[in-house]
Amino acid sequence: MAFKHYVLVCGGEGCNTKRALAVHDALLKEVREQGVENEVQVLKTGSFGFCGECAAVQILPDQTLYVDVQAGDAAAIVTQHLKQGRPVARLLFDPQTTAKYFPKDVPAGHQKQLRIVLRNCGVIDPERIEDYLAREGYAALEKALFKMKPDDVIEELKKSGLRGRGGGGYPTWQKWLFTKKVASDQKYIICNADEGDPGAYMDRSTLEGDPHSILEAMAIAGYTVGASQGYIYIRAEYPLAINRLNMAIAQARELGLLGQGILGSGFDFDIELRLGAGAFVCGEETALITSIEGNRGMPSPRPPYPAVKGLWQKPTVINNVETWAAIPVILLKGGDWFGKIGTATSKGTKVFALTGKVNNCGLIEVPMGITLREIIYEIGGGILGGKAFKAVQTGGPSGGVITKDYLDMPIDYESLGQLGSIMGSGGMIVMDEDDCMVDVSKFYLEFTVDESCGKCAPCRIGGRTLYNLVDKISKGQGTLHDIEQIRDIGHAMRKASLCGLGQTAPNPAISTLKYFEAEYLAHINDKKCPAGKCRDLLTFFILPDKCIGCTLCARRCPVNCISGDRRAVHVIDAAKCIKCGECYQACKFGAVERT
Amino acid sequence: MQVETQTELSPALLEFIRQWKDKPGNLIMVLHKVQEEYRYVPREVAFKVAELLEVPLAKIYGVITFYHLFKLKQPGRHQIAVCMGTACYLKGGEDLIRELEALIGAGVNRVSPDGEFSVEVVRCLGCCGLAPVLTIDGEVYGNLKKADLPDVLAKYQGRQVAAVA
Repeated sequence: MAFKHYVLVCGGEGCNTKRALAVHDALLKEVREQGVENEVQVLKTGSFGFCGECAAVQILPDQTLYVDVQAGDAAAIVTQHLKQGRPVARLLFDPQTTAKYFPKDVPAGHQKQLRIVLRNCGVIDPERIEDYLAREGYAALEKALFKMKPDDVIEELKKSGLRGRGGGGYPTWQKWLFTKKVASDQKYIICNADEGDPGAYMDRSTLEGDPHSILEAMAIAGYTVGASQGYIYIRAEYPLAINRLNMAIAQARELGLLGQGILGSGFDFDIELRLGAGAFVCGEETALITSIEGNRGMPSPRPPYPAVKGLWQKPTVINNVETWAAIPVILLKGGDWFGKIGTATSKGTKVFALTGKVNNCGLIEVPMGITLREIIYEIGGGILGGKAFKAVQTGGPSGGVITKDYLDMPIDYESLGQLGSIMGSGGMIVMDEDDCMVDVSKFYLEFTVDESCGKCAPCRIGGRTLYNLVDKISKGQGTLHDIEQIRDIGHAMRKASLCGLGQTAPNPAISTLKYFEAEYLAHINDKKCPAGKCRDLLTFFILPDKCIGCTLCARRCPVNCISGDRRAVHVIDAAKCIKCGECYQACKFGAVERT
Repeated sequence: MQVETQTELSPALLEFIRQWKDKPGNLIMVLHKVQEEYRYVPREVAFKVAELLEVPLAKIYGVITFYHLFKLKQPGRHQIAVCMGTACYLKGGEDLIRELEALIGAGVNRVSPDGEFSVEVVRCLGCCGLAPVLTIDGEVYGNLKKADLPDVLAKYQGRQVAAVA
């Protein structure tokens, strides 16, 4: 039955699930109470990508987009919009100030995006297999099973030029071919959904918004390499994604799209979930495999590669969520089609989680070869609060920073590598003038030190030493020799660490040092933090000509180190000051100065 | 060595262990289930799991201590998790932690004196658009400022814990 209106509620992005659910339920109730349930269908979908303005609601077919919707707004939407045809102006998203992406409705900047991996996110109800089927779901699996030989599938992937989206960028077809060639009684397929980079949530949104696409792609891989069992290794921190995957697996089994003799073809394939338990190193494939086996997730040296000797010593194909999600489309539209998108060496699209000091945070999917300027200024709407752009960080704790000199460089695996960063899994964190590069470097090193499994010495000892050096510099106790040491140790870690975590752990430090050495030198020579972030180097004082003696700063100060009578100039006792910055933020007259 | 324990596991947990017993790589899944029920892994339950799964206790503790999510100590009645992913860090996650410490009177990974709250730091909850973010008993609070915290905590003070999801 066709409905007159479809109301889509963004139910991905689990962060504000409860609120989105409340909005969904309120709309549903309102639709029933106002007697329009035969005309209006209310659906929960995956993420729209408007992560800062939860809950988002879209009305079809007129494509009206509402943001920041509360449950209490449901009545207005139903009465005013659905029954009387007048959009609720106060909830409308404003393309002038928040030029956000939406798949079809195209305000400024939106044309830059191309949704392949996220094709269904925000469009279908991820909890209903019918919705996925209606959008050519499982058609690629059917095509592979009945019209293609395993070699044809690999050939198609080869033509597409698809490379691993988890960070490494290894050609997917080669991985599959290696596993296919090994003779073995059992082989396995693994989906790496252990998305651990701080500041990245591409995989989570894909799993929550379109779980069936992953199941379908894994089954295709099973058919291609001759495996009958798949595992999805997913972070336990993603309960909504886990729930939806479980639901999707049950639905697919029921329709004969997983299990024995899929679609009557005689091909058997099934999928189970395995939960991670909070260990970043388990994103490394050998560590992930040993974690699925129920052990401490420590990596092991390669070779042997998992393609030959993986889970329980059997040949194993392991790919990341985003890679899997692209595969059904490639089979349906052809490798040549996919290969036309992107740059010479990096084909297709990439999903990024654009966050940090940018106006429009959210999930975006762009063709390879787009420039950072287009991403940050056109899609992202520029820097928050009109501040100056300083750098963008890609690749999380394994990546580096990119400065404004490279904003116009087309991005792909190679170009980012040349700049000393990496594509990584897709975290893209924008930093402005208030962010200190020494502090950022310290933040990532603290992370990798905490997450190092401790198996190999270069990572265990090198990482800790790097952290200590950067920490020392951030406190104004560094020397020029420390900078040399950071470079030397970083070099050794890159060469000698056992796995990717240790090999890339020095990247944030080395890369910030490469582009912002002057900032390190200011900490060392002048004992100053130019961005005003490193507490130990800050001094707060009150400008006598601006202070009107309102006493606000003195009342806010948690350690009572500000003195002065009402209507008299106040003074900060530097010896007692803990440099919390409360006075700086509190003063309405710009009288508190920070250097 | 046979260790006598008084602890009886719940029927649901026993059933879960029975289902997973013969599957390879079951330990982490079982520990998740244990923690779902007890909110941490009590020592006597670890003994029991070792006995039922027929794995050495040392292996169980090896796994528990490797992964951040598994806890050996009982957390507060309400669990606060402050996100320290990069976006939250840049937008003031650290300030939230300092303020929470002052408000509940306990530092990170400790329980407040009244047993009401415990605070932990987590790595990226995946809602960077709402940074800085924290969750209390799984409920998300985004775009937080220090001044918002007393009101947020007040909602939980003295409230019974909803069934642990």
